[in-house]
Amino acid sequence: MLSFHSITDSIDSWLNHTFSPTVALLLECTIVAIAAIALFATLGLVLVLMERKVAAFMQIRMGPNRVGPKGMFQSLADTIKLVMKEGLTPDGADKFLFNLAPFIVMIVAMLLLAPIGFASGFQIWDINIGVLYISAISSISVIGILMAGWASNNKYSLLGAMRSGAQIVSYELSAGLSILSIVVLSGSLQLSDIVGAQSNGWWIFKGHIPVIISFVIFIIAVTAETNRAPFDLAEAESELTAGFHTEYSGMKFALIFLAEYINIFIVCAIGATLFFGGWMPLHIGNWQSFNHIMDYIPSSLWFFGKTFFLIFVIMWFRWTFPRLRIDQLLQLEWKYLLPISMVNLLLVTVMAIMGWYF
Amino acid sequence: MFLKDYITDIYKGVKSLLIGMRRTGYYFTHHKEIITQQYPDNREELNLPTRFRGEVILLHDENNEHACTGCTACELACPNGTIKIITKFDVSPEGKKKKALDTFIYHLELCTMCNLCVVACPTDAIVMAQNFEHSVYDRSKLTKKLNKPGSKIREGIE
Repeated sequence: MLSFHSITDSIDSWLNHTFSPTVALLLECTIVAIAAIALFATLGLVLVLMERKVAAFMQIRMGPNRVGPKGMFQSLADTIKLVMKEGLTPDGADKFLFNLAPFIVMIVAMLLLAPIGFASGFQIWDINIGVLYISAISSISVIGILMAGWASNNKYSLLGAMRSGAQIVSYELSAGLSILSIVVLSGSLQLSDIVGAQSNGWWIFKGHIPVIISFVIFIIAVTAETNRAPFDLAEAESELTAGFHTEYSGMKFALIFLAEYINIFIVCAIGATLFFGGWMPLHIGNWQSFNHIMDYIPSSLWFFGKTFFLIFVIMWFRWTFPRLRIDQLLQLEWKYLLPISMVNLLLVTVMAIMGWYF
Repeated sequence: MFLKDYITDIYKGVKSLLIGMRRTGYYFTHHKEIITQQYPDNREELNLPTRFRGEVILLHDENNEHACTGCTACELACPNGTIKIITKFDVSPEGKKKKALDTFIYHLELCTMCNLCVVACPTDAIVMAQNFEHSVYDRSKLTKKLNKPGSKIREGIE
């Protein structure tokens, strides 16, 4: 069966046969970079269109339906428009930081791609501290946002950035604690080990109530971390025009906008890896025949299916829930999510020690 | 008791959020009814609600007669000077002078469609029409004369 694993292996062996190991490694890095950029571009186009269609369907509208069949080329047309626009830098702005910020935001999103397993044996960098790496890198994204807000020399931008700082720093705690509960259960920080530990059932089923609670906390926390409604206080269209990216235009705006959607994809991919078994097909205990049938579905399809399901859930949140004020947002984190996730982590630890999971 | 309130709070919050998600999920999965109108495509069979207000018109019947007495109540009611009534004096065969409408000037470019003139009119001479395609290349075309040429006041309207 043709799988990503065999393709990457054959490319690797061919490169090592043809060139010296150093050149082969460099070529592989280039291929990975091109593949990552291609993935980003496609994801940006698909997710923006998906968001608009989901929003329209939930509001009993039709959504984009002019460009191409059923409006499928709408996001492509928008991209072309953004590329052709002038990228203005305001006079009073700190030019260096202003121009650097979109790239920081984008690079963080790119770095987070590294440890994610897209299919069986198809992973850019199977680092043994994958979960730690993800939580460490994802906290850099707030620097990009603060940089954009500060360098714009605009009250709206600064307010948005400051809110975003408070928000991301607080919500990282509960996101980290809910990730920890899975680390406790699998006993490893390596993402491939965590996926491997779910070969006889995903953690959300095996870990029952405590893992479901930590999944709910995780999805709330990552919605806040990616600055999406109902936690979109950094952008705050209704009171701060566009928050930290008010002053951005053209391709710099497009990068920030793209990074937002890439971040959604990445946090959903991490959520799918930790709680829904990543590329692991749906296996139920010792039902051999059922497990074999499930194995016929390619692992990449499983991964993208789960990830897009979680993305849909986050979009569902956005188009259903009312927005929070900043004090309500911090109250939700410090008074509800953090205590619950701490107690929950204790519960998961007891469960892991006593072996009270399937 | 603090802990009880805390847990009830969480329960109620989660429940209300789930009710909202069920509603939007229902709309997402039952994608039949569309509440927006596909405007340029359905220009012929446009279905506007009756309360939609597009412009002010002076009603004329088949004899080219309207019900405007020239009382200027609409002009006074208008908050931003959209309406200007120019009156004249009709001389009846008996030699009596009577105030009547000469020109009903309507500045569409100033109008906010607030409906106050229609409410103020004592004889129901003006109404809100539903035409909304007002774009023109010259703003002077937006200043309209609402009474048709040669029209006069209907008999029996005081």
